[in-house]
Amino acid sequence: MSDVKTVFGSLASFQKGGIQVIADDPKNYVFSNVFDVASKAKPYERVAVGKNFEYVIECLRTEGTSPWYTADHDEFALVMDGMVEVELQKLGPSQAAAGGKDGAILVKGDPGGPRMGRIVCHRGHMALLPKGNAYRFKSARPGVVIIQTVQGELTIQRWAEICETRSAPV
Amino acid sequence: MSSPFAVQASEPDNYYGYRSFKHGKFEFSRDEYFVKVRWPKGSHVMPADVFLRALQRDVAWNFFYGTVNFDHVFGTLNHYGTVDMFAGRFNDAYRKAGLDYNETHKSDELLATFKAILEDWTNKGYDPFAAPEETANPYGRKNGDNVKAITRQRVTAQRMVGCAGDTPVRTDQNGYPVNRHFADVPQDQPQMLPEKGFEDEVKAFNLFGYLSRSDVTWNPSVCSVVRESLYCPTSEEFILPVEHGNDRVEWFLQLSDEITWVVKDKETGAPRANVVMRAGDIAAMPADIRHQGYSAKRSMLLVWENNSGKIPELIASGKAPVTPVKF
Ligand SMILES: [Fe+2]
Repeated sequence: MSDVKTVFGSLASFQKGGIQVIADDPKNYVFSNVFDVASKAKPYERVAVGKNFEYVIECLRTEGTSPWYTADHDEFALVMDGMVEVELQKLGPSQAAAGGKDGAILVKGDPGGPRMGRIVCHRGHMALLPKGNAYRFKSARPGVVIIQTVQGELTIQRWAEICETRSAPV
Repeated sequence: MSSPFAVQASEPDNYYGYRSFKHGKFEFSRDEYFVKVRWPKGSHVMPADVFLRALQRDVAWNFFYGTVNFDHVFGTLNHYGTVDMFAGRFNDAYRKAGLDYNETHKSDELLATFKAILEDWTNKGYDPFAAPEETANPYGRKNGDNVKAITRQRVTAQRMVGCAGDTPVRTDQNGYPVNRHFADVPQDQPQMLPEKGFEDEVKAFNLFGYLSRSDVTWNPSVCSVVRESLYCPTSEEFILPVEHGNDRVEWFLQLSDEITWVVKDKETGAPRANVVMRAGDIAAMPADIRHQGYSAKRSMLLVWENNSGKIPELIASGKAPVTPVKF
């Protein structure tokens, strides 16, 4: 079937669905769109778009070079739009997140350890952000990454601004 | 599929060729088109394919999270070690009429019976995991089997697909060609450029390519893990074969195309909302609903679960809210 068209979204082109309520409150669905969120965010704000107890999915507008981050648990970055380079580096002494700490933190200064390598990701590619190491993103043009992680001090919650509150037939 | 448990099965029916089965006081039989379920207070008829597609998921998922409604009457409720099998329990009319019925069983014992039913009632060429366009007719009299299709291993990555010693990426060579509906999905892998000695930590894979090669539908499979946070992406086409009533909040992130979710009250089955999700849309399914998805074109869906064993009790006792966020 050569005429098949798989629809992915992007910052330049996305179309939201919606909620038609029969007996409900649209807010119960905490419904947003990652391209919509990223289109209104500052570069590398870590905006929560999903939350289940302590776990979150953060949405990042990737644009330019991010700060260095680290976390005491694995995280996973999924590129939803654009071309994003992930740089990985070992930390120096006393740069690691405290043992058991939730979520990503900013690395103080540049990572003190050796370079681990880098990964060039396109849309649909998922990269491991391995526990206890430093990572940062580079993106020449605006893109969108979502991160599977734990809610931490960098997680921004702005649900009232991003979520659907209306009922409408779609 | 040999089992250490004694499955109660009849001899094959003289005409239809299918065995009938008993578990507790529930009885199951099938003919050319239909499955009949009987219990002490009543009986219920379902199309054979609807029953088999639901049964396939219930078996593959080891009863999954919470309630797996095969339809508005019959289903299972997981207690993780034991499992309830019910009729009419999550149906307002059956409840009010006092016709609802429930039995609790050891999970591995009921699983053995369900596996035996699935094996006996799935004919040659019919794959209950496949979209209807991609598989043979499920109806008719007993005609061979399809053990290979119904015993697929569910993918559960320990860290991430593609990591050393973990679930491998999918390729033509290992038996996962690109699905016809995803023929246009790029198959390039991320460029991994590790420094010497860091090959195991500098890891990435093409998730969209991976999903484009899924040979099953509606089968969330763990691809990446942060403690109890599980990404369970899946490829979807036609109708989710069960109405899933989760015992916790679950989240959907639509990665491609479009799914319509029909949402009903978990206890009564009364309609609550229709949620249309397009690429990039993310939404929570509250813990007090049941949901069933419709996907016209094969689509990619990220199902996101919190696997913590503490949550069902917190939700059931009201200590945790049924929605994940208040705003
Ligand atoms: Fe579900």
